[in-house]
Amino acid sequence: MSVATADSAIRTGRITRVFLYLILLLFALFYLLPFGVMVINSLKPLSEITGGNMMALPQVWTLEPWRNAWSEAQIGIEPTGLRPYFMNSLVMALPAVILSTFFGALNGYVLTKWQFRGHTLVFGLLLFSCFIPFQMVLIPMARILGIFGLAGTTPGLVLVHFVYGIGFTTLYFRNYYAAFPTELVRAAQIDGAGFFRIFWRILLPSSGPIIAVSFIWQFTNIWNDFLFGASFADFDSQPMTVALNNLVQSSTGVKEYNVHFAGAIFAALPTLIVYIVAGRYFVRGLMAGSVKG
Amino acid sequence: MGFLDIKNATKAYGAVKVLHEVDISVQEGEFLVLVGPSGCGKSTLLNMIAGLEDITSGEIRIKDQTMNGVHPSKRNIAMVFQSYALYPNMTVGQNITFGLEMHGVPKPEREKALVDVAKLLQIEPLLKRKPGQLSGGQRQRVAMGRALVRNPDVFLFDEPLSNLDAKLRVDMRTELKKLHQKLGTTIVYVTHDQIEAMTLSTRIAVMNGGYIQQLGTPKQIYDTPANLFVATFMGSPSMNLLQVKVRVDGNAVYAITSQGSDAVPLELAFANPSPALMAYDGQTITLGIRPEAITDPDGADRGSRHIETVNTLVQVIEPAGSDTFVSCTLGGKECIARMRADADVQPGQKVDFAINMEKAVSFDPKTEDRII
Repeated sequence: MSVATADSAIRTGRITRVFLYLILLLFALFYLLPFGVMVINSLKPLSEITGGNMMALPQVWTLEPWRNAWSEAQIGIEPTGLRPYFMNSLVMALPAVILSTFFGALNGYVLTKWQFRGHTLVFGLLLFSCFIPFQMVLIPMARILGIFGLAGTTPGLVLVHFVYGIGFTTLYFRNYYAAFPTELVRAAQIDGAGFFRIFWRILLPSSGPIIAVSFIWQFTNIWNDFLFGASFADFDSQPMTVALNNLVQSSTGVKEYNVHFAGAIFAALPTLIVYIVAGRYFVRGLMAGSVKG
Repeated sequence: MGFLDIKNATKAYGAVKVLHEVDISVQEGEFLVLVGPSGCGKSTLLNMIAGLEDITSGEIRIKDQTMNGVHPSKRNIAMVFQSYALYPNMTVGQNITFGLEMHGVPKPEREKALVDVAKLLQIEPLLKRKPGQLSGGQRQRVAMGRALVRNPDVFLFDEPLSNLDAKLRVDMRTELKKLHQKLGTTIVYVTHDQIEAMTLSTRIAVMNGGYIQQLGTPKQIYDTPANLFVATFMGSPSMNLLQVKVRVDGNAVYAITSQGSDAVPLELAFANPSPALMAYDGQTITLGIRPEAITDPDGADRGSRHIETVNTLVQVIEPAGSDTFVSCTLGGKECIARMRADADVQPGQKVDFAINMEKAVSFDPKTEDRII
């Protein structure tokens, strides 16, 4: 992938350049503002928020709201803080992400390199899962979880997200592998490698960018999901999003905005980290295949 | 009974037949080239030998064992692909030994085989590199190494040189031929390049439209093409074709050029007229003369017992360094003659052309088959 350099960029005058950067800076500030407000207010005692300016910097800096949100705040009926729910989310999201990515890759491999009669139809049907609104499947899904005895459990949520994710991950991997030379698969066949050996040894090691894309996409979606979490989870399997809602929406007692802000940051932190760490692969992976590089 | 036998092999996709009852028997150590234009079925046939495509009907046998339904890895073949198909995530060494690893060969033996092959192909310094860091010629060598290391019964090459630049292609061609002479392996090689076919092969199968047009040694294919397709496909510049009228006069047979109303008709005597040719008395046939059989009188083949001299106009000369190609009109039809590099001809001149009638071939205009 080539990097835009001073030579390849469009030449502009100095004044235009300054003007451009000013506008960009303005937009960057605009988008950063909400997050800034959250951070600032999560570091203030509650009295400073209720008694004054949301935008002002704290007079007394404190980490108490963070500690409170993490391990003491009242969630529902228990004063446990968000920590157990954070763990719930992790235990739910990681297996679901890994499973859906793996099976998406396997599907993409079969749909491009081991095509069978009607493979386009199967792919088309899989794509439906990308477009069906979540609300439509709530009741059938609840029934299925009940039959499997997984209702209200973390494995049940993993199953839901895994099944729902396969559509997207298959789409990613199918398009990625469509550009992967079939001659390589044939060469490996002649070399004596079987179906899974070719997948493990030849295709997967060359799929770095698209695995990153699939991982980011799935992780963000599953981590941020509220509907399935609210519908299918019990108290002891509720994900972070549901717990945050319970924290913020509690109708009794004082609204501790500073704690809410801290909790919201906790909820957003993992996806933020994933984006910062793997974001460049995301763009690279999405571009792969579309541009020869 | 050959080493590799293709018996009545047919390939059809639904109702569309792409390969019609192909019969070839390849002897051990032979270098068979399948040549033809794109879509002629040559790659399909190769893939059928490799086992990458099923045989619709017929049989393929290697070492007298049927290969129908046998998995590619169990046929003891190796294939070199046009794109080389090197595994991008593995080093050169891993690429070469992958097949051995899959066949359960122990590591020390693999290492030894790798060293031998790397030495043979002079790629020892490259073994730790990834394919992405290699040049086209180096990738080509690695792809051959991957095939060689398996020590297979039959090597299959699918247009292996067509991704190389012109100079490298010629070099690799020579190396491939050397390698074949040294190792004496059986090779089936697919190409659309007729020069590759001529230079490399011990036998050529010219294919078109899913049929084998002719199977024979390069010399047979070049000198006595079975039909018009083979005649025009092989050779560059391609064979000159003249529509001529046959006139039988006692034991002699003449070809009278009949194209172009204002042109002076030429009368050329055939070298060794066959009875079959005499039967065409009064009819029009297609006469084929290769460019090198039309030269200046000094450059004419001294061994030939039958040379016709024609005085005609030079239109264009194209000096190619080693030869000079001369466009001229023979009986109203534009022809290419191949002369010595320093032949003294200029455009617009009328000069003598010597036509070696021993090398002329004639074709039936309807069936397009050669008149024997």
